Amino acid sequence: MNIQCPPPVETDERVRLGHGSGGELSQQLLRNHVFPHFNNPWIAQGRDSSVLQPNHQPMVFTTDSYVVTPLFFPGGDIGKLAVYGTVNDLAMSGARPLYLSCSLILEEGLPLSTLSRVMASMGHAAAEAGVALVTGDTKVVERGKGDGIYINTSGIGVLDHPVPIGPEQIRPGDHILLSGDIGRHGMTIMASREGLEFESPLQSDCALLYGPIEKLLAAGIHVHCLRDLTRGGLATALVELAETSGCQMVVREDAIPVCPPVQGACEILGLDPLYVANEGRFIAVIPEQQSALAQSILSGCAVSAACRTIGAVANGDRAQVILENALGAERLLDRLPGEQLPRIC
Amino acid sequence: MKYVNEYRQKASIEKISREIARITTRPWTIMEVCGGQTHAIVKYGLQQFLPDSVELVHGPGCPVCVTSLEIIDQAMALAARPEIIFCSFGDMLRVPGSERDLLSVKAAGGDVRLVYSPLNAVELAEQNPDREVVFFAIGFETTAPANAMAAFLARQKRLRNFSMLVSHFLVPPAIETICSAEDNRVQGFLAAGHVCTVTGYEQYFALAQTYRIPVVVTGFEPLDVLEGVLMCVRQLEQGHYTVENQYRRAVRQQGNIPAQQLLEQVFEVSSQSWRGVGKLHHSGLRLRSAFSAFDAACKFELTLPSARDDSGCISGEIMQGRKKPGECPHFGRDCRPELPLGAPMVSSEGACAAYYRYHRPVIE
Repeated sequence: MNIQCPPPVETDERVRLGHGSGGELSQQLLRNHVFPHFNNPWIAQGRDSSVLQPNHQPMVFTTDSYVVTPLFFPGGDIGKLAVYGTVNDLAMSGARPLYLSCSLILEEGLPLSTLSRVMASMGHAAAEAGVALVTGDTKVVERGKGDGIYINTSGIGVLDHPVPIGPEQIRPGDHILLSGDIGRHGMTIMASREGLEFESPLQSDCALLYGPIEKLLAAGIHVHCLRDLTRGGLATALVELAETSGCQMVVREDAIPVCPPVQGACEILGLDPLYVANEGRFIAVIPEQQSALAQSILSGCAVSAACRTIGAVANGDRAQVILENALGAERLLDRLPGEQLPRIC
Repeated sequence: MKYVNEYRQKASIEKISREIARITTRPWTIMEVCGGQTHAIVKYGLQQFLPDSVELVHGPGCPVCVTSLEIIDQAMALAARPEIIFCSFGDMLRVPGSERDLLSVKAAGGDVRLVYSPLNAVELAEQNPDREVVFFAIGFETTAPANAMAAFLARQKRLRNFSMLVSHFLVPPAIETICSAEDNRVQGFLAAGHVCTVTGYEQYFALAQTYRIPVVVTGFEPLDVLEGVLMCVRQLEQGHYTVENQYRRAVRQQGNIPAQQLLEQVFEVSSQSWRGVGKLHHSGLRLRSAFSAFDAACKFELTLPSARDDSGCISGEIMQGRKKPGECPHFGRDCRPELPLGAPMVSSEGACAAYYRYHRPVIE
């Protein structure tokens, strides 16, 4: 006779500490709420680690962690971000994304339906990006010690077009292209977190960026550098590139598109859209002679249809970013000392 | 964007600029009262549109900057208490007190919340009946009506767990202090447009007459500021001294009467300590006795600690237009936005923050 102690019955539809124990509850969690969304041969093998088929192309590897409140917001959710963000980091090296890992840290009490929604969104995003989620892990922390769900993803991609892309390639005279209007993601999150309402509803710009990059590379554009604009916004990305490359950059404020709801919200709250987060925008530093072609290629892709040339790399030897406004005044762009804080009146 | 873009057009700005240059025959010193105007001036480099003989000096209108160190220390003490949810506008969170700022109190475990409106704090009090909610009610006449409304609603809802740490300032007494100083060199004022949306500008007529000084109620966009300067220079050149309203799209002479009535009901005028300036009579607001139940200072029996402002910050001189940020020995050296010695380097309306952010290519 085969006597087995039955696993604890799932009394409610929430994550319990036992879901992270590695035992039967963990298996149930994976079987019912995670695996169905990532149907691929690696997951099916059920191993601790996955064997990937190496080829002879250079590989690109990156990792990122995702914490966001609220978990669901107009235009996206934490699951979509966790796929797009890491895939976009690969794309910024010019890499075609292939594999992702996914580590979940769940807070005790998280509704399982929420977990399922997030996993479904991750699965959808991974399929859309053409990546396979090949390994993962799940831990559960006590109630109050997490924020519902934290996700870490690492990604591996390959370079189909092995051109060196990075800050060290930036040269004086290069043009700086921005793929679209800025600030949508940050203001969407702020609005949903604080219950701010705008006349025209805002949506996160969260989007996959490898498509337009692939087109640039395939067209033979000598892309010198790419950077996706995430936390810290456009200004922080430019400052980082100027510092790493040792180059001076000059950008024109009136060339930087900001949609009316974002501009309005920033005016009211006293925030600078240059520092507001994005999840679907990037800058491309392109040799001057190819900049027009690059711009027309980017304009032909939906995610970068509103692409603009916002400035250029100057001959100056100071590693700094100068912003010219429409009235001809110049200012230095800096990193923010901390978070942007809304003003009083 | 409507109401913004048309006030930032280079062509209209240049037109006003040429007119100012045409009518200016002598040097004039004009003070813009509000920190929001200071930021517009520095951000857009408006001084370049003025003749060298017209100098703009920056005034006291930064609510965070004028809040006394003692009150900020009281705020830190309250925010650190475990039973209290301490609510503040974002600008105030990084302002250094004697020892630390509200963000470090938060990091050490204090329940400090950023709110966008005092009414959010009232809601928090309703949602957390077992906690004490304290709102840091600071600012000029601009924020006062919303703060008054918070106290008013709290009384209407019979909330016992809501109170306000009040530190309110009135602009006209500060202008008068500047005018009456022996070494005053300010010859005309651009009054703060948003303060006047609430108060109107009738009270400035007496001031203009007494000190024979033009006052122009002025907005915050580049074109507003230059138009305000033009109106002020025109009066100065013609020997006039009266009150004019440049910001007509927002300000009426009598102001916002329902807001004034609410203020009158909730607050009374009191003396007030201005950081770096000292105590000025009739320059602040405090809760009337009918609202004393919502006065955090009474409720928590706070005594004013005698804080010593030995940071080296010369905010008083900056706020009265006696010195410009670049003249402070600490500016950009041991006082920077990430490590401020005083509030003017922190606030989005502080003159030092404006110069640091927008003017460094010039001062480096």
